[in-house]
Parts: sequence; C-alpha cells; structure tokens
Amino acid sequence: MLGIARRKVGLGVFSATILEQALQRALTAGSVLPKKYSTTAKEQMTVREALNTALDEEMSADPKVFLMGEEVGEYQGAYKISKGLLEKYGPDRVLDTPITEAGFAGIGVGAAYYGLRPVVEFMTFNFSMQAIDHLINSAAKSNYMSAGQISVPIVFRGPNGAAAGVGAQHSQCFAAWYAHVPGLKVLTPYSAEDARGLLKAAIRDPDPVVFLENELLYGESFPVSAEVFDSSFCLPIGKAKIEREGKHVTITAYSKMVGYALQAAEILSKEGISAEVINLRSIRPLDRDAINASVRKTNRLVTVEEGFPQHGVGAEICMSVIEESFEYLDAPVERIAGADVPMPYAANLERMAVPQVDDIVRAAKRACYRSVPMAAAA
Amino acid sequence: MSAFSAVRILFPPVVAARSAGEKPSAPFLPSLAVPGLTRSPLRAPRLGRPLLAVSSDVLSGQKPLGSNSSPSSHAAVSREEALVLYEDMVLGRVFEDMCAQMYYRGKMFGFVHLYNGQEAVSTGFIKLLEATDSVVSTYRDHVHAVSKGVPARAVMAELFGKTTGCCRGQGGSMHMFSSTHNLLGGFAFIGEGIPVATGAAFSSKYRHEVLKQSNPKGLDVTVAFFGDGTCNNGQFFECLNMAQLWKLPIIFVVENNLWAIGMSHLRATSDPEIWKKGPAFGMPGVHVDGMDVLKVREVAMEAIGRARRGEGPTLVECETYRFRGHSLADPDELRKAGKLEILFI
Repeated sequence: MLGIARRKVGLGVFSATILEQALQRALTAGSVLPKKYSTTAKEQMTVREALNTALDEEMSADPKVFLMGEEVGEYQGAYKISKGLLEKYGPDRVLDTPITEAGFAGIGVGAAYYGLRPVVEFMTFNFSMQAIDHLINSAAKSNYMSAGQISVPIVFRGPNGAAAGVGAQHSQCFAAWYAHVPGLKVLTPYSAEDARGLLKAAIRDPDPVVFLENELLYGESFPVSAEVFDSSFCLPIGKAKIEREGKHVTITAYSKMVGYALQAAEILSKEGISAEVINLRSIRPLDRDAINASVRKTNRLVTVEEGFPQHGVGAEICMSVIEESFEYLDAPVERIAGADVPMPYAANLERMAVPQVDDIVRAAKRACYRSVPMAAAA
Repeated sequence: MSAFSAVRILFPPVVAARSAGEKPSAPFLPSLAVPGLTRSPLRAPRLGRPLLAVSSDVLSGQKPLGSNSSPSSHAAVSREEALVLYEDMVLGRVFEDMCAQMYYRGKMFGFVHLYNGQEAVSTGFIKLLEATDSVVSTYRDHVHAVSKGVPARAVMAELFGKTTGCCRGQGGSMHMFSSTHNLLGGFAFIGEGIPVATGAAFSSKYRHEVLKQSNPKGLDVTVAFFGDGTCNNGQFFECLNMAQLWKLPIIFVVENNLWAIGMSHLRATSDPEIWKKGPAFGMPGVHVDGMDVLKVREVAMEAIGRARRGEGPTLVECETYRFRGHSLADPDELRKAGKLEILFI
C-alpha cells in the first residue's frame, strides 16, 4: 500500500510522508493532526494539515458547526482532510452520508436556515452538479428572497478542477459557474495559509460560501509564519494577495495556477520581464481594486485559469480592467485558460488541455511585445 | 418453471384481498408475509437473519464443493453455453488483474475501478443479450464492456490512453462507450447511468410503437448496472417510477457488494433489502446470489423475457462482493480482510 502512496499526489492518494506520519499519530491518543510542528528554520504546513486544523478548531470553538459528506467520518475523508474528526467529535457532528448529493446538500441548507453552521463536503465539485439546485436556489438566493430574514451560514467545500488522468467527468473547474450567482461567496485557496485562513473565514461567514480546493495541492507543503498557527487566524474574504511584486505585467491566477504563474514569473525575470503575480484567493467577491491598482502600475494584464475559456473567470477580470483602467493599458488584455474541450483521459492530451508554465510565459511576452505571434492552442 | 420462484420475490401487496371491515394490523406495512423477516408493527423492519456478504450456498457451507445434488432451481446449460460463460468470466478476471499490474507499474493512471469477484453478474446477464440490446454501466465498467463484445484489446488500449482504444484514449477507464456494441457508457457519477438506460429503453419502445420498426425477437432490451450506494440516490427512484409507469423494456441490476468506497451499505440505507424497492413501484423485485453465474443467468432469462414481451421492468438485486478496493487508489482499510463478512443487524 505504501507503494501506491508514493505515487504522485495527483492520483488522489496522500504522499508517503503523510501516510507515515498519520500511521504514527493514529497509534497515539487523539488522532487529529496536532497543531504544533517540529521547529525547523521555517515552519512548513501542507494544505491538508491547514484544512484539517481549520475544521478542527472551528468545530471546537462553535458547537453549531458540523461536517457532512461522503466518507468524511470512518474513512477519515476521501482525501483525508477530515482525519481524526470523527473520533474527536463523534457521529453526531461528523456525518457519513449516503450517496445523495441533492439530498444532503438540501439537508445542510435546511439546517443552516434553522440555526446550525454546516460544512458540506462534495467528494469533488463535479458531484455538486447533482445538488446545484440547492446551492443556487435554496442557499444563494434565500437571503434576498426573504428580505434578510433567513441567512444561510453554510460552507460547501471540496476539490475542484483537474487532477491527473481522471477523465472528463472528474476534471471540471466550477469557479466561473458559482461566481456567476449573486448571493454566493466563492473562495479559491492556493497555499496552506490561504487554506487555513479562508476556511476559517468561510465557516464564520453568515452567508453561503463555495470553497474550491484542489486535489493536487493537498499534499503540497508551504512555509507559514507563526501567526498562521493561532486558532483565531483568519483571512478577509474578497481580498487578493500579491504573491510576487513586479513592474512590467500583471498575471492573475487562482488555486493551482498561482504556482504555475510564480514559476512563469521566475522564468520571465531571467529575461528581463518583471511580472507581478496576484493570487486572487476570492473569485466572488473579486478584488477588483487590487487587480486594477496592479494593472495601473504595470499597464499589461494576463489572466490565468484552469477552467474552460468561454465565460470564465478571466473574461470577468479582463472586462473589469477594460471598464476601470482602459487608459492605463499598453497592450491588449489576454486570458489563458484550459482548452475548450471536455478533459481528455490520455495523459498527453490532458497536458495539452490545461495551461502549462510555458503558455503563461509566452502570453506575458506577447503582452510585452517581446515574442512570436500567438499559437493556436494557447 | 419460473426462475423467480427459486428466489425470494415480493410482488406488490394485493390490497383488495382484505375482507371488508377488517383493519390491517399495521397499516403501513404490506400484508404479505416475507419469510425470514421478523416484523413488529410501526417499527422499521429489521433483518432477523445474518446478512451474508457472500450468500453462495457453497461458500456459506450449506453445500459441499463439487456436490452433485442437482440444484433444482438451476436451468440446464449446454456444454457450449457453459464454456462461453466460463471463458467470459475468466477473461474478465484476468483482464482486471492485468489492469492492477499495469497500474502498480505506473503504466496506467487516474481512477481505475476493478470488478474482481463480481464477474458472475456481468456474464450472467450480458451473455444472454443480443447485439441490439444495450448495456449502461458505471465507472466499474471494464468487464461489462468486454462481456458485451468490445474487444479486450480495445478496452485495454483505452486504459493506456492510446488512439486504438475504444474511445481513442479520450474517455478512459470510467467512460467506455461503443456504439457498435451498444455499450452506452461508462459514467463517473453515481446513478447517472440509470436515467440514460431508462432513456435507451424508452427509445426501444418508441421505435417499436411509434416508428413501427418491428423486431421479430421482441423489444430491444436495456440492462442498467449500478451498485448498492446508488440505491439511495434520487435518480434511481425517479427511474423506477417512470420505467414501470411506461412499461419500459429495462432491467435494473443492482450489484450489491455491500460497500460504497468505505461506506457500508448497512450504515447508509434505512432498509438494506434493495429488491423490495421494486414492488414499491409496482415491478417485481428479485434477490439472487450474485456469486453464482447459473442462478444469475436464470433470473436474467426471465427478466429479459419479460422486457422483450413488453411486460415492463424488473429490479434484480445481485448480492456479490468485490475482492479489491473501490479503486486501485483506495487503501480499503474499513473492510475486514481474509474473511467473509457476516453482519448481524
């Protein structure tokens, strides 16, 4: 089984180190991942640990918070995000559901209407399509329809977007779909700090929040500052983060693409192009102020996303910049997105269907008028 | 002799049989006594017998291996038919084992869900179908594809992402399609295939009645395969209703292997006896030992015959077991290894 565990994280299995740590911890009392980590020069935290500890702390602080979803309890979470929570909080607060997304999403919304704070997990956000009526019609719209009488403090969370080789029905990015709807908040963490701070904020938020994680990021480790470990640590919803400052071109990205954008920025810096990378963190509300301020500084924009291009997040960002900062643009705005095709299964095709670091580099160069004309695929 | 008499079957209760003035003792429970169940009024029914994961007579020790006592319930198969069944099951098993081997060597990737242990269900049903009949499956679809006639080479090539695969590498393990063999998928979402299958059955009836395309053999039949977890999903119930309402030529085959990833069927389902859900919608519900290909085949013959004659759908619950985890990435920690699970409720 460790042989399987050592495969790429992208196959939906946690890395070997997590497995070994988890096995050790499972043997000691209290199998929830501990908050204190062995000190090294820089504290590290994986996204998985960040989510697990955030859930644990919020459930501990507020007895109205409960977790519901498939395999969240005895299986310790389909991707082990809810490891140890069943032992700690019991089956009344960590509920394994049957395979009934429409049913349990609706049950979560009803519980939220009536005073509780559910966290509903979708094994992947693809499965949320079976429940989307409840996310939109009974969660997002009720505060408005009831003229503020009903608030729905619910969080829908789970992995979103492409993994590795999981085919067309398991690979779609839903950020644009949910961000389209007034009444929803849509968050897309990238790093461990994002995951922890934004999940806590989402659980504390009085409105429905769609929390889009990424399966391939679960095992990735990020350096975090000491304040991130505090149980009151929280990030504001609706604020983007400048991951890397730059002068020549603004690159916006969210979730896994932030990592790609940072790699692209590194490559570009060697060629004399200083790219500013914005980690959006929040798709709805979108931090238009931060994006526009950045474009007014750099005068060029490239948006990056993994999802389908038409009506995507990039389309909204480009339009926002055109509306508010048109005079500041020195080049046409450009969006890099996934290919306009259902995700193919074959590995080589899948690589071509998702933006790669090269695509971002080329787009940035185009914005700076430094390179060859646009290739058909990008 | 009806195959359905060899297994427990519950037809919809005949309400009119009660004499005038007599009040039923338990108004919400059917008046038909079901052997093996103890009932008390106004409480949820509980199983009075152990629920075996594998209920084969041989494996449960009720019949010694190699026994010659003629199973009166088994329809006779000719040597040729038996060889076809045997080859199909062995092919399915060997195919899946090779997938596992390739996966662990890093040549196969993504989600791979293997069918080891459940071969009798696929073979028992699909080997009775014609080329024009259709099969709809789930992500656990390799063996259904192979049984239906998709060349094993094409299925394996698909799993490697090659252009010679049955979907040119675009679909992958969970999305096997073949229009030539009327394999209509391969779906990742639980329950997704059921409405699609119901639609295929609708199309069969429509072609016959509206377009007047007659087939001397009777209606083209659709077989929908899905698992125990799916039986709690809304789409299942919606389609049971419509299939019976419109008398569609479909067989709903539940491959009840008692586990949905790590979720036990008994933890997820208020009444675990799935075959009973058929009569709730007015169709026969049949329970069969899914580890015995001859028993499955017998039930299948009757259900397929009903559908072909236009008598409508059947719900068949096949009790079976998967010998491997949910998928090759599943650590499978929650099932007890090495033993048959015997659970008392």
